[in-house]
Amino acid sequence: MASKKRKTTKGEPPKTEKGEPAKTAAAAPPTVAADAAEKTDLTALTLTEARDALRKRELTSLELTEAHLAAIEKAGALNAFVLETPEHARDMAKRADEKLAKGEAGPLEGLPIGVKDIFATREVRTTACSNILSEFVPVYESTVTTNLWRDGAVMLGKLNNDEFAMGSSNEMSRFGPVVSPWRRKGAETKLVPGGSSGGGAAAVAADLCLGAVSTDTGGSIRQPAAFTGIVGIKPTYGRCSRWGIVAFASSLDQAGPLARTVKDCAILLRSMAGHDPKDTTSVNLPVPDYEAAVGRSVKGMTIAIPKEYRVEGMPEEIEALWQRGAEWLRAAGAEIVEVSLPHTKYALPAYYIVAPAEASSNLARYDGVRYGLRVPGRDVTEMYEKTRAAGFGREVRRRVMIGTYVLSAGYYDAYYLQAQKVRTLIKKDFEDCFARGVHAVLTPATPSAAFGIGEKSSGDPVEMYLNDVFTVTVNMAGLPGIVVPGGLDRQGLPLGLQLIGRPFDEETLFTLGAAVEAQAGHFAPEHWWES
Amino acid sequence: MSVDSATVRRIAHLARIAVADDEIEHLRGELNAILAFVEQLSEVDVAGVEPMTSVSPMTMKKREDAITDGEMAELVVKNAPASEDHFFLVPKVVE
Repeated sequence: MASKKRKTTKGEPPKTEKGEPAKTAAAAPPTVAADAAEKTDLTALTLTEARDALRKRELTSLELTEAHLAAIEKAGALNAFVLETPEHARDMAKRADEKLAKGEAGPLEGLPIGVKDIFATREVRTTACSNILSEFVPVYESTVTTNLWRDGAVMLGKLNNDEFAMGSSNEMSRFGPVVSPWRRKGAETKLVPGGSSGGGAAAVAADLCLGAVSTDTGGSIRQPAAFTGIVGIKPTYGRCSRWGIVAFASSLDQAGPLARTVKDCAILLRSMAGHDPKDTTSVNLPVPDYEAAVGRSVKGMTIAIPKEYRVEGMPEEIEALWQRGAEWLRAAGAEIVEVSLPHTKYALPAYYIVAPAEASSNLARYDGVRYGLRVPGRDVTEMYEKTRAAGFGREVRRRVMIGTYVLSAGYYDAYYLQAQKVRTLIKKDFEDCFARGVHAVLTPATPSAAFGIGEKSSGDPVEMYLNDVFTVTVNMAGLPGIVVPGGLDRQGLPLGLQLIGRPFDEETLFTLGAAVEAQAGHFAPEHWWES
Repeated sequence: MSVDSATVRRIAHLARIAVADDEIEHLRGELNAILAFVEQLSEVDVAGVEPMTSVSPMTMKKREDAITDGEMAELVVKNAPASEDHFFLVPKVVE
C-alpha cells in the first residue's frame, strides 16, 4: 500500500498574510467555481485553505462542518473521538456563517476542530478518558477553548487520549485504544498513533478535523504528531492558560495545537495563547502574529545539533532523517553547529519523579465526593480507596503510587529534591546553548516510528517511557518545541523532526518548521478505514 | 532503592488506592523497575545547585483578597455523586 503524498509545498513562494482580511472579503460576492468548492472532499482542505475559502464565501461553515461530521461517521474504526457533538457543531457553524455574511468573522470563524477530552467544555461531558470522572459535565469552559470559540471555531467533539494524559500510545484510555490511520507497507497490523493525544493526532491525520487542541506534559503533542505525520507545537510554559485543563503535572502541562501544516498550527496557537488572570503561571506577554512568521527567511540563524541525542540503538533511518533536516536548514541559509547538552540523559528519569509526584498531588481531588465515580465503603477511607482503585486505570495507579512514594517522609530529598536539582541543570544546558547565539536546537522527534498496538505492553513500564526521551527535556526546561514531518521510513511510516526554541520565541520555530516543511512536503495515509 | 511488599501496601494506603493481595507482587515489580530506572539520578553532581521551583523566572501574580465569584451552590454540587441541600454527602466520619 503506497502512501500518497498529500501535496508538496516545495517551491511554493513564501507568503506573508496579514491577520484578518475577513471584513473586506465579506463584501465580495460568492464565486461559484472557486478552487476550494471544486474539491469534492472538503475535508482535504488545510485549515488555512478552509479559512481563506470561507472568507471568500466559496463555501459555508455548515458545508465544511457537515463534510467533517460525515468523515467522522465513517472513521469509527480509528476510535479517535470519544464524544461526537454534531448538533453543537451545526449550531456553531450556522452562527459562524451569519458572522461571515456580516463581515464580522473572527480569526477561526467557521473552522471545525476537535478538542482533547482533557479540556473542560461547558455542558459537554469531559472525562480525561478516566473512569473516575464517570459522566462529569463541567459547568465551566477552559480558557483555551473559550478563546477558540471567541474566535469562531466550531467544535466537532471530544478526542480520545491516554487516561489523564499519562501514556505514549493512547492504549491507556477508558474508551479503548486509538488506531493510527497509518499502516506499515503491505500490512494490516494496527499501529498506535502515539500518545497521550492519540485521538487528536489520528483525527487530524485522517482528515476528520482541520486541527485539534491538545496538551503536552512530556511529549503528548509532539510524539503523536511525529507518529502520524502531522505538525504539533508545545509552546513555552506559561504561553497558554492551564485554567480548565484537567491537571496532570502542573509545572509541565501546556496546551498546544495539532494540525496538518505549520501555518495551520500558527493560526490555532495565536487564538489559544494569551494571558489569563485565572492561571497564576500564565504570562502577561503580547501574542505575536505567528502566521506572519511562516515563510520568513532562516538566513543567518544558528541551529544546534546536540550530540547527546544520538542515543544507543537508534535506528539508522532516524539518524539519516536528522542529517537531512540539518542539510535542509543549511541549504536555506542557516548555520549548523554541534553542541553539548550534557544532562540530556537525566531528563527522562527526572521526569519520572517530578511528573508522578505532581500527579499524585493533583489526582488527590478524585475522592468520590465532589464529582465522578463513588464506590461505597464501610467508612470514608474505605470509600476513597475503593473509589480510586476502581476509577483509576493501571498506568495512573502506578504513577500515583510512585509519586506518593517519592514525596513520602524519608525519601523526599533522595528523589524529588534531587530531581528538581537535575532539572535546574537540564535547563542550564539549554540556557548556555542559547547564550552562544543558537536560535534553535534540532533533534529527532522520537527514537522510532510508530509501533503496533500491544507491542510495548510488556511487564516493564520503562520500555514505554523511553518513547519520550527526546521530548521530555523540553517540558523539563519549560521551552517551546515543534514537531514537523520529515519523511517516511522504509516501512512507509512517518518520522518527525523536532525544533526546540528559546523561551517565548515560538515565532522562530514556526519559521524554521516551515522551512523544513517546504523541503519535506506533506504526508497522508491511505483512507483504508472508510469501508 | 527498591521496595518490599510491606512498603507497597503502605504506599497504596497513603495514596488511598485499595490493592488486592494478589496484585502486590506485580505492583512491586513495576514500581521497582521504575525506581531502578530513576536511580541513575544519584550519580549527578548537584553540589551548589538550587532545586527548580519555576521554569521561567516569575513572581507569582497576586490579586486583591476580594470575593470574585460565588452564589452558585447548585452548580458546585451538580456533579456530586451524593448531595443534599447543597451539601456534599459522605459516609459517617466522626462517631
